[in-house]
Amino acid sequence: MERIPILKMGSFLLVSIQIDMDDRTAMSLQDDLTGQIVKHRAKGVLIDISSLDVVDSFIGRMLANTAAMARILDADTVVVGMQPSVAITLVELGLSLKGVRSALNVERGMDLLRQISRELEVESERDDADREE
Amino acid sequence: MADSQSTRLASLMRNRADEVLSEWVRLQQHDLSLRNNLLREGELEQQCREFLNALLIALPQGTTDISTSPVWATVRDYVTTVARSRARQGFTPTETAMFVFSLKQPLFDAMRRELSGDDLAESVWLISTVLDRIGLFGTETYQRGREEIIARQQQELLELSTPVVELWQGVLALPLIGTLDSARTQVVMESLLQAIVDTGSSIAIIDITGVPVVDTLVAQHLLKTVAAARLMGADCIISGIRPQIAQTIVHLGVEISDVLTKATLADAFAIALSRIGLGVGRTSKTTVALRRRTLED
Repeated sequence: MERIPILKMGSFLLVSIQIDMDDRTAMSLQDDLTGQIVKHRAKGVLIDISSLDVVDSFIGRMLANTAAMARILDADTVVVGMQPSVAITLVELGLSLKGVRSALNVERGMDLLRQISRELEVESERDDADREE
Repeated sequence: MADSQSTRLASLMRNRADEVLSEWVRLQQHDLSLRNNLLREGELEQQCREFLNALLIALPQGTTDISTSPVWATVRDYVTTVARSRARQGFTPTETAMFVFSLKQPLFDAMRRELSGDDLAESVWLISTVLDRIGLFGTETYQRGREEIIARQQQELLELSTPVVELWQGVLALPLIGTLDSARTQVVMESLLQAIVDTGSSIAIIDITGVPVVDTLVAQHLLKTVAAARLMGADCIISGIRPQIAQTIVHLGVEISDVLTKATLADAFAIALSRIGLGVGRTSKTTVALRRRTLED
Protein backbone atom coordinates (compact mmCIF):
# COMPACT_ATOMS: atom_id res chain seq x y z
CA MET A 1 0.00 0.00 0.00
CA GLU A 2 1.23 3.46 -0.85
CA ARG A 3 1.96 5.80 2.04
CA ILE A 4 1.95 9.53 1.89
CA PRO A 5 5.25 10.99 3.19
CA ILE A 6 5.18 13.47 6.06
CA LEU A 7 8.11 15.90 6.11
CA LYS A 8 9.24 17.88 9.11
CA MET A 9 10.18 21.53 8.56
CA GLY A 10 11.14 23.24 11.79
CA SER A 11 8.14 23.04 14.03
CA PHE A 12 5.78 22.35 11.16
CA LEU A 13 4.84 19.20 9.27
CA LEU A 14 4.45 19.19 5.50
CA VAL A 15 2.21 16.68 3.76
CA SER A 16 2.02 16.73 -0.02
CA ILE A 17 -0.61 14.46 -1.50
CA GLN A 18 0.66 13.47 -4.95
CA ILE A 19 -1.36 10.31 -5.53
CA ASP A 20 -5.02 9.48 -5.90
CA MET A 21 -6.36 9.08 -2.41
CA ASP A 22 -8.47 6.08 -1.57
CA ASP A 23 -10.14 5.53 1.75
CA ARG A 24 -7.35 3.35 3.17
CA THR A 25 -4.56 5.78 2.27
CA ALA A 26 -6.63 8.53 3.84
CA MET A 27 -7.07 6.59 7.07
CA SER A 28 -3.41 5.65 7.30
CA LEU A 29 -2.42 9.28 6.62
CA GLN A 30 -4.58 10.30 9.54
CA ASP A 31 -2.86 7.74 11.80
CA ASP A 32 0.63 8.73 10.65
CA LEU A 33 -0.05 12.43 10.95
CA THR A 34 -1.42 12.34 14.48
CA GLY A 35 1.55 10.14 15.47
CA GLN A 36 4.05 12.55 13.91
CA ILE A 37 2.44 15.61 15.50
CA VAL A 38 2.89 14.07 18.93
CA LYS A 39 6.38 12.74 18.16
CA HIS A 40 7.79 16.04 16.85
CA ARG A 41 5.60 18.28 19.00
CA ALA A 42 4.59 20.06 15.79
CA LYS A 43 2.92 23.46 16.00
CA GLY A 44 1.38 23.36 12.55
CA VAL A 45 0.48 21.03 9.70
CA LEU A 46 0.46 22.02 6.05
CA ILE A 47 -1.40 19.77 3.63
CA ASP A 48 -0.76 20.39 -0.07
CA ILE A 49 -3.57 19.05 -2.23
CA SER A 50 -2.70 20.85 -5.45
CA SER A 51 -2.35 17.58 -7.39
CA LEU A 52 -5.70 16.33 -6.18
CA ASP A 53 -8.25 16.64 -9.00
CA VAL A 54 -11.09 14.70 -7.47
CA VAL A 55 -12.40 14.58 -3.93
CA ASP A 56 -15.38 12.79 -2.52
CA SER A 57 -17.24 13.39 0.70
CA PHE A 58 -15.02 10.89 2.54
CA ILE A 59 -11.77 12.70 1.68
CA GLY A 60 -13.46 16.01 2.46
CA ARG A 61 -14.53 14.79 5.87
CA MET A 62 -11.09 13.25 6.43
CA LEU A 63 -9.51 16.69 5.90
CA ALA A 64 -11.92 18.29 8.35
CA ASN A 65 -11.36 15.52 10.92
CA THR A 66 -7.59 15.71 10.55
CA ALA A 67 -7.74 19.42 11.24
CA ALA A 68 -9.89 18.83 14.31
CA MET A 69 -7.48 16.15 15.63
CA ALA A 70 -4.48 18.40 15.03
CA ARG A 71 -6.29 21.17 16.87
CA ILE A 72 -6.72 18.92 19.90
CA LEU A 73 -2.98 18.15 19.74
CA ASP A 74 -2.31 21.92 19.67
CA ALA A 75 -1.32 22.21 16.01
CA ASP A 76 -2.96 24.36 13.34
CA THR A 77 -3.83 22.96 9.94
CA VAL A 78 -3.52 24.80 6.65
CA VAL A 79 -4.76 23.25 3.42
CA VAL A 80 -3.06 24.71 0.35
CA GLY A 81 -3.44 24.63 -3.41
CA MET A 82 -7.00 23.42 -3.71
CA GLN A 83 -8.16 23.23 -7.32
CA PRO A 84 -11.28 25.24 -8.31
CA SER A 85 -13.16 22.08 -9.27
CA VAL A 86 -12.36 20.52 -5.89
CA ALA A 87 -13.50 23.66 -4.06
CA ILE A 88 -16.79 23.66 -5.99
CA THR A 89 -17.34 19.96 -5.26
CA LEU A 90 -16.73 20.40 -1.54
CA VAL A 91 -19.10 23.36 -1.36
CA GLU A 92 -21.77 21.45 -3.28
CA LEU A 93 -21.32 18.56 -0.86
CA GLY A 94 -21.95 21.00 1.97
CA LEU A 95 -18.43 20.61 3.39
CA SER A 96 -17.06 24.07 3.91
CA LEU A 97 -14.26 22.73 6.19
CA LYS A 98 -14.85 25.13 9.05
CA GLY A 99 -11.82 25.25 11.28
CA VAL A 100 -9.43 24.50 8.45
CA ARG A 101 -7.38 27.40 7.21
CA SER A 102 -6.43 27.57 3.58
CA ALA A 103 -3.87 29.28 1.38
CA LEU A 104 -3.20 29.50 -2.32
CA ASN A 105 0.20 27.78 -2.35
CA VAL A 106 2.79 26.18 -0.07
CA GLU A 107 4.74 29.40 0.32
CA ARG A 108 1.77 31.39 1.51
CA GLY A 109 0.62 28.47 3.63
CA MET A 110 3.98 28.49 5.43
CA ASP A 111 3.71 32.25 5.95
CA LEU A 112 0.26 31.75 7.41
CA LEU A 113 1.49 29.05 9.81
CA ARG A 114 4.39 31.22 10.95
CA GLN A 115 2.03 34.12 11.48
CA ILE A 116 -0.35 31.98 13.54
CA SER A 117 2.42 30.61 15.75
CA ARG A 118 3.85 34.10 16.22
CA GLU A 119 0.44 35.36 17.32
CA LEU A 120 0.17 32.46 19.76
CA GLU A 121 3.62 33.25 21.19
CA VAL A 122 2.72 36.90 21.67
CA GLU A 123 -0.48 35.84 23.39
CA SER A 124 1.28 33.44 25.75
CA GLU A 125 3.93 36.06 26.56
CA ARG A 126 1.17 38.48 27.42
CA ASP A 127 -0.44 35.86 29.64
CA ASP A 128 2.88 35.31 31.40
CA ALA A 129 3.32 39.03 31.92
CA ASP A 130 -0.18 39.28 33.36
CA ARG A 131 0.56 36.46 35.77
CA GLU A 132 3.84 38.06 36.96
CA GLU A 133 2.02 41.27 37.78
CA MET B 1 -56.40 20.08 -65.24
CA ALA B 2 -54.40 21.80 -62.57
CA ASP B 3 -51.24 21.00 -64.54
CA SER B 4 -52.38 22.63 -67.75
CA GLN B 5 -53.70 25.52 -65.69
CA SER B 6 -50.38 26.13 -64.00
CA THR B 7 -48.46 25.66 -67.26
CA ARG B 8 -50.65 28.23 -68.94
CA LEU B 9 -50.25 30.54 -66.00
CA ALA B 10 -46.48 30.17 -66.09
CA SER B 11 -46.22 30.95 -69.79
CA LEU B 12 -48.51 33.94 -69.28
CA MET B 13 -46.27 35.17 -66.52
CA ARG B 14 -43.18 34.56 -68.57
CA ASN B 15 -44.57 36.69 -71.38
CA ARG B 16 -45.24 39.52 -69.03
CA ALA B 17 -42.32 38.89 -66.67
CA ASP B 18 -40.61 42.22 -67.27
CA GLU B 19 -43.80 44.15 -66.73
CA VAL B 20 -44.67 42.21 -63.56
CA LEU B 21 -41.15 42.53 -62.26
CA SER B 22 -40.88 46.28 -62.69
CA GLU B 23 -44.31 46.78 -61.12
CA TRP B 24 -43.42 44.49 -58.22
CA VAL B 25 -40.12 46.25 -57.57
CA ARG B 26 -41.85 49.62 -57.76
CA LEU B 27 -44.48 48.54 -55.21
CA GLN B 28 -41.88 47.29 -52.78
CA GLN B 29 -39.76 50.37 -53.15
CA HIS B 30 -42.82 52.37 -52.29
CA ASP B 31 -43.42 50.26 -49.19
CA LEU B 32 -39.81 50.39 -48.14
CA SER B 33 -39.21 54.00 -49.11
CA LEU B 34 -39.00 55.02 -45.47
CA ARG B 35 -36.19 52.60 -44.73
CA ASN B 36 -34.34 52.52 -48.02
CA ASN B 37 -31.09 52.73 -46.10
CA LEU B 38 -31.48 49.04 -45.20
CA LEU B 39 -31.25 47.72 -48.76
CA ARG B 40 -28.84 48.66 -51.51
CA GLU B 41 -30.21 50.03 -54.79
CA GLY B 42 -29.81 47.01 -57.02
CA GLU B 43 -30.19 44.41 -54.28
CA LEU B 44 -33.97 44.45 -54.24
CA GLU B 45 -34.35 44.12 -58.00
CA GLN B 46 -31.79 41.33 -58.04
CA GLN B 47 -33.66 39.44 -55.31
CA CYS B 48 -36.99 39.90 -57.10
CA ARG B 49 -35.72 38.75 -60.48
CA GLU B 50 -34.10 35.62 -59.11
CA PHE B 51 -37.18 34.75 -57.08
CA LEU B 52 -39.52 35.28 -60.05
CA ASN B 53 -37.35 33.09 -62.29
CA ALA B 54 -37.34 30.31 -59.72
CA LEU B 55 -41.09 30.63 -59.32
CA LEU B 56 -41.65 30.39 -63.08
CA ILE B 57 -39.59 27.19 -63.23
CA ALA B 58 -41.35 25.55 -60.29
CA LEU B 59 -44.94 26.58 -61.02
CA PRO B 60 -45.57 24.44 -64.16
CA GLN B 61 -44.50 21.27 -62.32
CA GLY B 62 -48.02 21.14 -60.92
CA THR B 63 -47.51 20.73 -57.20
CA THR B 64 -48.39 23.27 -54.54
CA ASP B 65 -46.59 21.48 -51.72
CA ILE B 66 -44.18 24.34 -51.07
CA SER B 67 -42.53 23.31 -47.83
CA THR B 68 -41.34 19.77 -48.75
CA SER B 69 -41.48 19.14 -52.50
CA PRO B 70 -38.07 19.10 -54.23
CA VAL B 71 -39.62 21.02 -57.13
CA TRP B 72 -39.79 24.08 -54.94
CA ALA B 73 -36.29 23.72 -53.51
CA THR B 74 -34.87 26.66 -55.49
CA VAL B 75 -37.75 28.91 -54.47
CA ARG B 76 -37.33 27.84 -50.87
CA ASP B 77 -33.61 28.67 -51.03
CA TYR B 78 -34.33 32.17 -52.32
CA VAL B 79 -36.99 32.82 -49.73
CA THR B 80 -34.68 31.51 -47.00
CA THR B 81 -31.83 33.76 -48.15
CA VAL B 82 -34.06 36.81 -48.31
CA ALA B 83 -35.79 36.11 -44.97
CA ARG B 84 -32.52 35.49 -43.14
CA SER B 85 -30.77 38.51 -44.53
CA ARG B 86 -33.79 40.63 -43.63
CA ALA B 87 -33.94 39.18 -40.12
CA ARG B 88 -30.31 40.18 -39.67
CA GLN B 89 -30.83 43.63 -41.19
CA GLY B 90 -33.64 44.40 -38.77
CA PHE B 91 -36.72 44.30 -41.01
CA THR B 92 -40.09 43.74 -39.35
CA PRO B 93 -41.97 40.46 -40.00
CA THR B 94 -44.54 42.39 -42.09
CA GLU B 95 -41.89 43.87 -44.32
CA THR B 96 -40.35 40.46 -44.82
CA ALA B 97 -43.70 38.82 -45.61
CA MET B 98 -44.58 41.65 -48.01
CA PHE B 99 -41.65 40.61 -50.18
CA VAL B 100 -43.79 37.69 -51.37
CA PHE B 101 -47.27 39.09 -50.86
CA SER B 102 -46.66 42.27 -52.84
CA LEU B 103 -46.15 40.10 -55.92
CA LYS B 104 -49.88 39.37 -55.93
CA GLN B 105 -51.04 42.70 -57.20
CA PRO B 106 -48.86 42.94 -60.35
CA LEU B 107 -49.57 39.29 -61.11
CA PHE B 108 -53.33 39.71 -60.78
CA ASP B 109 -53.18 42.81 -62.96
CA ALA B 110 -51.36 40.85 -65.63
CA MET B 111 -53.81 37.97 -65.38
CA ARG B 112 -56.82 40.22 -65.61
CA ARG B 113 -55.52 41.59 -68.86
CA GLU B 114 -55.09 38.08 -70.36
CA LEU B 115 -57.86 35.98 -68.82
CA SER B 116 -61.52 36.26 -67.96
CA GLY B 117 -64.37 34.43 -66.22
CA ASP B 118 -63.74 31.03 -64.59
CA ASP B 119 -60.24 30.90 -66.02
CA LEU B 120 -59.33 34.05 -64.23
CA ALA B 121 -60.89 32.94 -60.94
CA GLU B 122 -59.10 29.57 -61.01
CA SER B 123 -55.78 31.14 -61.89
CA VAL B 124 -56.15 33.68 -59.15
CA TRP B 125 -56.97 30.94 -56.66
CA LEU B 126 -53.96 28.86 -57.74
CA ILE B 127 -51.42 31.64 -57.66
CA SER B 128 -52.90 32.95 -54.43
CA THR B 129 -52.49 29.56 -52.72
CA VAL B 130 -48.92 29.23 -53.93
CA LEU B 131 -47.90 32.71 -52.88
CA ASP B 132 -49.57 32.38 -49.47
CA ARG B 133 -47.67 29.22 -48.75
CA ILE B 134 -44.39 30.74 -49.87
CA GLY B 135 -45.13 33.75 -47.71
CA LEU B 136 -45.81 31.59 -44.66
CA PHE B 137 -42.67 29.62 -45.29
CA GLY B 138 -40.73 32.89 -45.49
CA THR B 139 -42.21 34.12 -42.22
CA GLU B 140 -41.29 30.90 -40.48
CA THR B 141 -37.74 31.16 -41.75
CA TYR B 142 -37.59 34.77 -40.64
CA GLN B 143 -38.78 33.72 -37.19
CA ARG B 144 -36.15 30.99 -37.00
CA GLY B 145 -33.50 33.47 -38.05
CA ARG B 146 -34.50 35.82 -35.25
CA GLU B 147 -34.51 32.99 -32.73
CA GLU B 148 -31.01 32.01 -33.76
CA ILE B 149 -29.89 35.59 -33.26
CA ILE B 150 -31.46 35.64 -29.78
CA ALA B 151 -29.84 32.35 -28.82
CA ARG B 152 -26.44 33.56 -30.00
CA GLN B 153 -26.82 36.82 -28.11
CA GLN B 154 -27.77 34.96 -24.94
CA GLN B 155 -24.61 32.91 -25.24
CA GLU B 156 -22.52 36.02 -25.84
CA LEU B 157 -24.17 37.75 -22.90
CA LEU B 158 -23.34 34.80 -20.68
CA GLU B 159 -19.70 34.99 -21.69
CA LEU B 160 -19.54 38.76 -21.46
CA SER B 161 -21.28 38.96 -18.14
CA THR B 162 -18.52 37.52 -16.01
CA PRO B 163 -15.42 39.64 -16.33
CA VAL B 164 -12.92 39.09 -13.55
CA VAL B 165 -10.67 42.13 -13.28
CA GLU B 166 -7.45 42.55 -11.35
CA LEU B 167 -7.79 45.80 -9.42
CA TRP B 168 -4.32 45.53 -7.97
CA GLN B 169 -1.71 42.86 -7.84
CA GLY B 170 -3.36 40.26 -5.65
CA VAL B 171 -6.78 41.89 -5.56
CA LEU B 172 -9.49 40.60 -7.89
CA ALA B 173 -12.86 42.17 -8.53
CA LEU B 174 -15.93 40.54 -10.02
CA PRO B 175 -18.55 43.12 -10.96
CA LEU B 176 -21.82 41.23 -11.35
CA ILE B 177 -24.44 42.77 -13.59
CA GLY B 178 -27.90 41.38 -14.20
CA THR B 179 -29.97 38.63 -12.68
CA LEU B 180 -28.12 35.68 -11.23
CA ASP B 181 -29.51 32.25 -12.01
CA SER B 182 -27.99 28.85 -11.40
CA ALA B 183 -26.34 28.57 -14.82
CA ARG B 184 -24.77 32.02 -14.55
CA THR B 185 -23.62 31.53 -10.99
CA GLN B 186 -21.85 28.36 -12.05
CA VAL B 187 -19.98 30.28 -14.76
CA VAL B 188 -19.25 33.13 -12.34
CA MET B 189 -17.95 30.76 -9.69
CA GLU B 190 -15.73 28.86 -12.09
CA SER B 191 -14.25 31.94 -13.70
CA LEU B 192 -13.57 33.58 -10.32
CA LEU B 193 -11.89 30.50 -8.89
CA GLN B 194 -9.85 30.02 -12.04
CA ALA B 195 -8.77 33.67 -11.92
CA ILE B 196 -7.72 33.21 -8.30
CA VAL B 197 -5.47 30.33 -9.33
CA ASP B 198 -4.12 32.14 -12.41
CA THR B 199 -3.26 35.40 -10.67
CA GLY B 200 -2.45 34.01 -7.24
CA SER B 201 -4.71 36.58 -5.65
CA SER B 202 -5.50 36.21 -1.98
CA ILE B 203 -8.48 38.54 -1.94
CA ALA B 204 -11.49 38.91 -4.21
CA ILE B 205 -14.25 41.50 -4.21
CA ILE B 206 -17.67 40.46 -5.51
CA ASP B 207 -19.55 43.62 -6.43
CA ILE B 208 -23.31 43.21 -6.70
CA THR B 209 -24.21 46.81 -7.53
CA GLY B 210 -25.67 45.63 -10.85
CA VAL B 211 -27.70 42.76 -9.46
CA PRO B 212 -31.32 43.93 -9.40
CA VAL B 213 -32.79 41.34 -7.03
CA VAL B 214 -31.22 39.22 -4.33
CA ASP B 215 -33.47 36.40 -3.19
CA THR B 216 -32.61 33.39 -1.05
CA LEU B 217 -31.35 31.46 -4.08
CA VAL B 218 -29.02 34.23 -5.23
CA ALA B 219 -27.74 34.69 -1.68
CA GLN B 220 -27.15 30.95 -1.47
CA HIS B 221 -25.16 31.06 -4.71
CA LEU B 222 -23.07 33.98 -3.48
CA LEU B 223 -22.34 32.23 -0.20
CA LYS B 224 -21.27 29.10 -2.07
CA THR B 225 -18.88 31.11 -4.19
CA VAL B 226 -17.42 32.74 -1.10
CA ALA B 227 -17.06 29.36 0.62
CA ALA B 228 -15.32 27.83 -2.41
CA ALA B 229 -12.90 30.75 -2.64
CA ARG B 230 -12.19 30.46 1.06
CA LEU B 231 -11.39 26.76 0.63
CA MET B 232 -8.81 27.71 -1.97
CA GLY B 233 -7.24 30.21 0.36
CA ALA B 234 -8.68 33.48 -0.88
CA ASP B 235 -10.90 35.82 1.11
CA CYS B 236 -14.01 37.33 -0.44
CA ILE B 237 -15.64 40.66 0.23
CA ILE B 238 -19.16 41.33 -1.04
CA SER B 239 -19.65 44.97 -1.94
CA GLY B 240 -22.23 47.16 -3.61
CA ILE B 241 -25.10 46.16 -1.37
CA ARG B 242 -27.90 48.64 -1.92
CA PRO B 243 -30.20 49.62 0.97
CA GLN B 244 -33.15 47.66 -0.43
CA ILE B 245 -30.99 44.58 -0.85
CA ALA B 246 -29.73 44.84 2.74
CA GLN B 247 -33.37 44.98 3.84
CA THR B 248 -34.33 42.01 1.68
CA ILE B 249 -31.46 39.92 2.98
CA VAL B 250 -32.44 40.55 6.60
CA HIS B 251 -36.16 40.03 5.94
CA LEU B 252 -35.45 36.74 4.20
CA GLY B 253 -33.38 35.65 7.18
CA VAL B 254 -30.32 34.84 5.09
CA GLU B 255 -27.29 34.32 7.30
CA ILE B 256 -24.35 36.09 5.69
CA SER B 257 -22.62 37.34 8.81
CA ASP B 258 -19.64 35.04 8.08
CA VAL B 259 -18.89 37.08 5.00
CA LEU B 260 -17.31 40.50 5.03
CA THR B 261 -19.72 42.95 3.40
CA LYS B 262 -19.22 46.56 2.41
CA ALA B 263 -21.62 49.12 0.99
CA THR B 264 -19.39 50.33 -1.80
CA LEU B 265 -16.65 48.93 -3.96
CA ALA B 266 -14.34 51.70 -2.76
CA ASP B 267 -14.67 50.60 0.87
CA ALA B 268 -14.07 47.00 -0.10
CA PHE B 269 -10.99 47.96 -2.10
CA ALA B 270 -9.58 49.91 0.84
CA ILE B 271 -10.02 46.87 3.09
CA ALA B 272 -8.49 44.60 0.45
CA LEU B 273 -5.43 46.83 0.14
CA SER B 274 -4.93 46.98 3.89
CA ARG B 275 -5.17 43.18 4.06
CA ILE B 276 -2.22 42.83 1.67
CA GLY B 277 -0.33 45.51 3.55
CA LEU B 278 -0.87 48.42 1.20
CA GLY B 279 -2.64 51.72 1.57
CA VAL B 280 -3.57 54.82 -0.33
CA GLY B 281 -2.47 58.21 0.93
CA ARG B 282 -2.28 61.75 -0.26
CA THR B 283 0.97 62.71 -1.90
CA SER B 284 2.33 65.75 -0.09
CA LYS B 285 2.83 68.86 -2.19
CA THR B 286 6.53 69.04 -1.49
CA THR B 287 7.12 65.56 -2.85
CA VAL B 288 5.27 66.39 -6.04
CA ALA B 289 7.19 69.64 -6.43
CA LEU B 290 10.45 67.84 -5.74
CA ARG B 291 9.69 65.21 -8.33
CA ARG B 292 8.76 67.85 -10.89
CA ARG B 293 12.05 69.66 -10.29
CA THR B 294 14.02 66.45 -10.74
CA LEU B 295 12.21 65.82 -14.01
CA GLU B 296 12.97 69.33 -15.24
CA ASP B 297 16.63 68.89 -14.44
